[in-house]
Amino acid sequence: MATKQVSATDFAVPEQETVKPPLLVRWRPFLIALPALVILIGILYPFVVGVAYSLTAYAFTRPNTDFVGLRQYQRMVEDSNFVYSTFITLAYAVSATGVQLVLGLIVATLLNRDSRIAKVLQATLIFPMMVAPVISTLIWKMMMQPSVGILNPMLNAVGLPSLQWAAVPETALFSVVLVDVWMYTPFAALILLAGLRSFPQGPFEAARVDGASFWFTFRNLTLPMLTPFILIVVIFRFMDSLKMFDIIFAMTEGGPGSTLMTYQLTAYRTSIQFQKLAQGLPYAIVLYFVIYFVSQYLVKWWGRAQRRAAGYS
Amino acid sequence: MHPRLRKALTSIFSDGFLIIYFMFALFPILWMILVSLKSGTELFTTQFVFTPTLENYQAILFGDPRAAAGVVARVDFPRNFLNSLIVSSGAVVISLAVGVPAAYALARYNFKGKETLAFTFLSFRFAPELVVIIPLSLIYRQLGLYDTYFGIIWVYQLVTLPLLIWVLRSYFEDISPDIEQAAMIDGYPWYQIFMRILLPLVRPGLAAAALLAFVFAWNNFIFPLVLGASTVQTVTVSALGYISSAQAFFNRMAAAAVIASVPQMMLALSIQRYLIRGLSFGAVKG
Repeated sequence: MATKQVSATDFAVPEQETVKPPLLVRWRPFLIALPALVILIGILYPFVVGVAYSLTAYAFTRPNTDFVGLRQYQRMVEDSNFVYSTFITLAYAVSATGVQLVLGLIVATLLNRDSRIAKVLQATLIFPMMVAPVISTLIWKMMMQPSVGILNPMLNAVGLPSLQWAAVPETALFSVVLVDVWMYTPFAALILLAGLRSFPQGPFEAARVDGASFWFTFRNLTLPMLTPFILIVVIFRFMDSLKMFDIIFAMTEGGPGSTLMTYQLTAYRTSIQFQKLAQGLPYAIVLYFVIYFVSQYLVKWWGRAQRRAAGYS
Repeated sequence: MHPRLRKALTSIFSDGFLIIYFMFALFPILWMILVSLKSGTELFTTQFVFTPTLENYQAILFGDPRAAAGVVARVDFPRNFLNSLIVSSGAVVISLAVGVPAAYALARYNFKGKETLAFTFLSFRFAPELVVIIPLSLIYRQLGLYDTYFGIIWVYQLVTLPLLIWVLRSYFEDISPDIEQAAMIDGYPWYQIFMRILLPLVRPGLAAAALLAFVFAWNNFIFPLVLGASTVQTVTVSALGYISSAQAFFNRMAAAAVIASVPQMMLALSIQRYLIRGLSFGAVKG
């Protein structure tokens, strides 16, 4: 009878232990991640300080930390350039991301063929992305230059007129978006190419056997399966071009005039160049929250798209 | 149209488009190399045919006679190159030391707030840099960290740490927990399992992610621009110096650009297999 009782309790773990493992074990993930958490705090701290300073009128020349409420934000919204700045920030991001997505998809589709030329070229696809953005922008600036530039002679050679590129407001946005497209289309193409290569061959062969047209297959098979990969491209490229600084700064520092004064450029010019620290902060902070929420939304959408593409729902 | 003719035409058209695209993609790099080999006079008079010279490389590496005379803005390229090397490798080493364990914790343990924590690290990658570095430009001056290596390396964690954590997390998640379980049953403590079994399994991915983080740190511009001055000036910031003076020295700038970027292109070729996962922060396995 005694043996029976022992065997019954033998496998029953005392309740307290299942609920609470030893303290050190419970805290182990945090302990392991502790150094990274320290850095995390070291980066979040200036962010919080920045938000606090945006509620003052602090300037390097007049270090005044009196609380002024949302006056700096009000000032930003009432600034005569605010609407235009919003427009140019969005215009840059939308056009750069859009062109990269379309061009990247074409390049990826063409690379995803059994072609010797494609194989040779693919190895060099990564090059534009490896040069520092500010340095390759300077190279482009040199190519657009009226005296030593090569782009205008090339345009003239095919019968097109010379352009003044980033020197005039009409073509300034085009010039910087061109550099962005040059730099990051390879990123889009590489991600989308990885997507195309991950597809199972079955559905595509079935479509071929049934005599489906290229467009039919593309719309009904390729595009839905490619959605998670397209979203990755959009997440990275749209967020990055909303906050693009290097290309615009190296090309024109936001000019000519204020043609390319995006939020980032405005924040830099006001807070750092003009030393009015608090006045420029709202631009960076508003941009931060926009990017934070849009990226969170896109990441969730990506998760759903990925599950759908994998056939879970 | 005959199907075979149609197929051949499609193939020619496709290859033709690819060739045009790659001319667009590679021409600026080729042009950079060409201009770096041009003398000052040929910069203005010739396009593709010229007598190549190494005088630009000589000038930026061993000192420019005209810079000494005050004609050209003085750019101490070797010093800036060394600075880039110090801050980029410093940033990667610190990110590796703190990021590898953090990535492991995020991959293997389930704890409250795990996804929030992971997303916060990722949000650094997407945050507009100025939201952190405008206040830092003030804090660093108060702490005496402005224009110091430590200050720049610390802020570079914004670039290198999210990349390493997210890429490594995806590599750790690829390893079956069964391997660890088996080793645990054999009586190995967790840190030995980590060092002896897991780390060797992720080593190729780890090396590639570290190299990519190095390239991104090297290419960064805005952090040293705002938080550094003469002491820590990197090649990206100093490159502007060649064309900011009254007379632009595009050939010198091109030579500096070649030295600062060709090594990375070679590097990229060597880690090609791991690039897609690195570039997409582990989201695309490639």
